[in-house]
Amino acid sequence: MSTPTESDLPRLLRIDTHVATAADNAAVERAELPVVPRIVLHSSPISKWLDWVFRNLLLLCSLSVLGVMGIIFYELTSRSKLSIAKFGLHFFTGQTWDPVAGDFGALPFIYGTLLSSVVALLLAVPLAVGVAIFVTELCPRMLRGVISFTVELLAAIPSVIYGLWGIFVLVPILRLQVQPWLSKYGAWTGLFTGPAYGIGMLAAGIILAIMIVPIIASITREVLVAVPQSQREAVLALGATRWEMVRMAVLRNARAGIMGGIILGLGRAIGETMAVTMLIGNRPEIAKSLFAPGYTMASVIANEFSEATDDLYLSALVEIGLALLIVTVIVNACARLLVWSITRGSSVRSHA
Amino acid sequence: MNRTFKLVLCALILCVAASAQSLNGAGASFPAPIYQKWFTEYSNAHKGVQINYQSLGSGAGIRQVIAGTVDFGASDGPMTDEQLAQAQAAQGKVLHIPTVLGAVVPAYNIPGVKQEIKFTPEVLAGIFLGKINSWDDPSITAANPGVRFPKKEIIVVHRADGSGTTYIFTDYLSKVSPAWNSQVGRGTSVKWPVGLAGKGNEGVAGQVRQIDGSIGYVELIYAVQNNISYGLVKNKSGNYIKATLESVTAAAAAAAANMPADYRVSITDPAGKSAYPIASFTWLLIPQQSRDANKGRVLRDFCNWMLKEGQTEVGALSYAPLPKEVIKKLKVTIVDIH
Repeated sequence: MSTPTESDLPRLLRIDTHVATAADNAAVERAELPVVPRIVLHSSPISKWLDWVFRNLLLLCSLSVLGVMGIIFYELTSRSKLSIAKFGLHFFTGQTWDPVAGDFGALPFIYGTLLSSVVALLLAVPLAVGVAIFVTELCPRMLRGVISFTVELLAAIPSVIYGLWGIFVLVPILRLQVQPWLSKYGAWTGLFTGPAYGIGMLAAGIILAIMIVPIIASITREVLVAVPQSQREAVLALGATRWEMVRMAVLRNARAGIMGGIILGLGRAIGETMAVTMLIGNRPEIAKSLFAPGYTMASVIANEFSEATDDLYLSALVEIGLALLIVTVIVNACARLLVWSITRGSSVRSHA
Repeated sequence: MNRTFKLVLCALILCVAASAQSLNGAGASFPAPIYQKWFTEYSNAHKGVQINYQSLGSGAGIRQVIAGTVDFGASDGPMTDEQLAQAQAAQGKVLHIPTVLGAVVPAYNIPGVKQEIKFTPEVLAGIFLGKINSWDDPSITAANPGVRFPKKEIIVVHRADGSGTTYIFTDYLSKVSPAWNSQVGRGTSVKWPVGLAGKGNEGVAGQVRQIDGSIGYVELIYAVQNNISYGLVKNKSGNYIKATLESVTAAAAAAAANMPADYRVSITDPAGKSAYPIASFTWLLIPQQSRDANKGRVLRDFCNWMLKEGQTEVGALSYAPLPKEVIKKLKVTIVDIH
């Protein structure tokens, strides 16, 4: 862009003044705003009462969310009483799951849920954020609609289809191509050792990644679009390259929102059942290698609940549900903390 | 418009009135296809009777019978004494009525081996315990003269979901192997010493098909309908038997001689010469005294119909029919359903 010439100046100025007037008008309107509705309110005899009803109705709506959460927690706790009484805290550290002997521990399931979700996030976040940046910043207009539509289409596929696709397409590729290569070059990490079944933690992580990409990508895209154009122009005007502009103007402003998208994706990954259970191998064991089979909390509940006959077994399965709830709350709290620390950091920097 | 509405309303009311005798059942998913067929045909033949069946799993079937939320239940495994006592206290006596037979077969995928493999009970238990872990193990080759086994690791595949299939298979292994009985035991889900798990018959069969050197267990019906080749198993009399509808019914006939009065019997590893050893009854759980006399009458009539007409059509869906001896005994038992 060439520097503005003198002939451009009046236009720029006019725009400037125009903007200023609009802002002034807004300020005036803001000052008057409380007065007008008040008059309307007082003109109707039941308006005060309606106002009160409306406020409390909304309060009730918000409280009902807390209420539902409370009921879920109460039900899970009361129905897992047997198991809580028998195993206590040992339930969360025990590694045996033996329905025949009546010995239950949740640690392998907690481990499997967390590990598969972390693998999924590691794969999905760069991909999803990359897609979002491309679509908002670099993509030709023609392609934009097609790409976002396709990405969002991924979210509409039922998870059982993902599972079947995983079994028949992903797993053979993993077993015959990816895993031999990984174990050749990555065995030293300890993450890629053991026999290559195809099925296992890695397959589950990859399928979860594909399932959460659309969530993270579409939220990130919305957030990136919301970054004011002026920020981009300002950074470009300072002589930044395209990438520097994206990094400094777009990503920095949008990171809280992107974190929000990642949290939603994580929530989906933790709770996903069907596709994971079809691919993870369903073995309640803690193994370092991603090739080894694992098990998740959601999967074991779905798999064993309908055929669980004795009371302790059922109660242990319900307690797995309780553990899932607690893990979700903790993970969400950590993520919130992360968002809070990031946004706080940015505001401090902008003031400095 | 108004007229049509009235007509529709009348039709609806008639429908409700006609299906006044509607019964609800829930339970095992393994016999669900034949139950659905039976209940539809029975309803068609008996106007005004409607029987609904939900395949929620055996565990759910037993729980709902105890709680009295259904008119009858269904299960692949018999209720335990403790559960029967609970049901007795809450709903009165509950009868086990065997309906059809199911069997479980070993399916495998050994590269280079096309023949049907023979399994001894010791080999099956050894493989699923993880003690036998290569296909060229002498105990496998000894039972299969003339078959060249590769030196390939055995990968065990089992069911991930709790299921009656797993119960039958582990019940068999518990009977033939003391080591299995003490280390693992029988149940709808057990702590497997080795292996991967697939969800449902299709999950197990899918993994077996894909992984070279794997072995799993699936329902006979599933194997037959999907053309999965499966192995022969040595029975108590020392014969290698291939699972077929006849050999499964033979297993039940062999067990019929010393069948307990309440039909709660495991027929795995039976004595008969031509009996396939990994088989089981599946049961309807029917309260002897229904709270509604009409419902009791329908249930009794249905059981009679099931033993006569019903049994003739189980083969079409690959279920093994009940042996004559058991039908004869059952006819006496169901007179008591009220």
